[in-house]
Amino acid sequence: MSLRLPNPAARVLPGISLLASVLLWHVLATSKLHLGLVTFANAPSPREVWDAGLDLLQSPKLLFHLGHSLWRVFAGFAAAAVAGVALGLSIGRFGWARGTLLPPLEVLRPIPAVAWIPLSVLLFPSSEVSMIFITFVGALFPILLATIHGVEGIDARLVASARSLGARRWRVFTEVILPGAAPAIVTGLAIGMGTCWFCLVTAEMISGQFGIGYYTWESYTLQNYANIVVGMLLIGVLGMGSSALIRTLGRLAMPWRGASL
Amino acid sequence: MNAPLPPTTAAGRIALDQVSIRVGNGKDAFTAVDRIDLDIAPGEFVCLLGPSGCGKSTLLGALAGHLTPSAGTLRINDGAITGPSSERGLVFQHHTLFPWRRVIDNVAFGLKMRGIKQAERHAAARELLALVGLAGFEQRYPSQLSGGMQQRVEIARVLIGQPRVLLMDEPFGALDALTRLKMQQLLLDVWARFRTTVVFVTHDIDEALFLADRILVMSPRPGRIVEDLRLPFARPRGADLSTSADFVALKRHCLALLHHDAPVPPLPRLTPLGAPDIRTLQFAI
Repeated sequence: MSLRLPNPAARVLPGISLLASVLLWHVLATSKLHLGLVTFANAPSPREVWDAGLDLLQSPKLLFHLGHSLWRVFAGFAAAAVAGVALGLSIGRFGWARGTLLPPLEVLRPIPAVAWIPLSVLLFPSSEVSMIFITFVGALFPILLATIHGVEGIDARLVASARSLGARRWRVFTEVILPGAAPAIVTGLAIGMGTCWFCLVTAEMISGQFGIGYYTWESYTLQNYANIVVGMLLIGVLGMGSSALIRTLGRLAMPWRGASL
Repeated sequence: MNAPLPPTTAAGRIALDQVSIRVGNGKDAFTAVDRIDLDIAPGEFVCLLGPSGCGKSTLLGALAGHLTPSAGTLRINDGAITGPSSERGLVFQHHTLFPWRRVIDNVAFGLKMRGIKQAERHAAARELLALVGLAGFEQRYPSQLSGGMQQRVEIARVLIGQPRVLLMDEPFGALDALTRLKMQQLLLDVWARFRTTVVFVTHDIDEALFLADRILVMSPRPGRIVEDLRLPFARPRGADLSTSADFVALKRHCLALLHHDAPVPPLPRLTPLGAPDIRTLQFAI
């Protein structure tokens, strides 16, 4: 527990910085500034975005788009979490799993999830499933790698002690490996959640018919420029919120972390 | 302190026959323990005394079943040691309590592995925590305790399984001097009730003289036993022992033994799990 109180300037500084950014945006957008390389001629102003946001909040379209996006993220993320944690635990713990499962995964790992879009459209007749697959691919590798790291980072003495206290193979796994890797797994899940949204939005722009990413792209084609920014902000808020949710759930599941006198 | 304890199981007899242990991999492998013959009687308190890297922790690791000897046999009560077992409790220099388990569940861990019901194992854990002076700390996490308290929990956790042999690898080496003295006294008090066989590794001569019935002095690389000392001091022992004439004379004798080949450069500390672990991570995120 730190006794040092943050000084008043440090407390209000973030707020001032945010306000200044919005003000800058306002000035750039309303003055239609043209700088050669970049132009703000078509950029919506904060005021327009605010109004468009209020409109969307009151329209039934919001829940519709949100529902589709949330479902896809949830499905892709859940599948990636199950597969990533299970694969990561076995690869981190067992030599045979490392030898057989890791090489193909290592080859696939550098391929960005977005590069999977054309193939996944061919592989899955349903565009819904192909978008879920893209979010799955996006979240899988951060979760997998964090889990492997978590298992490898476990103090060998903890495992030795557990065995000296009578724990057999499976009990060592559930009592030591799993809780020992848990903090790294939660970090991986939070990062994976972020990449999930990133991949989902891209996938929706390309092959979707509904969803927040699709809404953003549709706004562009319909020349509703203010709605583009509304969609962008919504994606940001959802991504941040779901990562924060993962971290909060992680904290609740690991009360020993940050326990102090 | 006088809560009834479960009956103590028979203490173990330890017998080593021409035991050699190699540690390390490939080119870096070396003989840490070389052809040791040894008999330790049931209930005896033995200190393995030697400089850092002399193989005393390696020998302890083999007794715990975490290291396999390259030659020779290790037996406890005529049964060969083939792997770790709750019959042989091991205490490391730094505690190995599970950070995710509260103190009471750490202590009760061994009983949980035996399938004993929670109420019963918690009752036993509470008794042991009281015995090591930690009543009232049951619900803490290990990170919320001091170093000395963590080692007390560690000792309680090992003792709850009533091991035939208690193996300790410099368990008080990381504690400050005053705490170490308290812990030595506590260990003797607890041992007076449990009377298990103890093999205690240390490089601290005072500690060995204060605790042991018998001191085995080891030489480094390859590790051999160069002296087998039986201590005449009566029990129970108090702090005044360390200033008695007999104690000082034996201390001088041990110092001479440890220093007779002084030019040897300091060796890296070995652990009961083998050579110091240099782990190479295979990926980076």
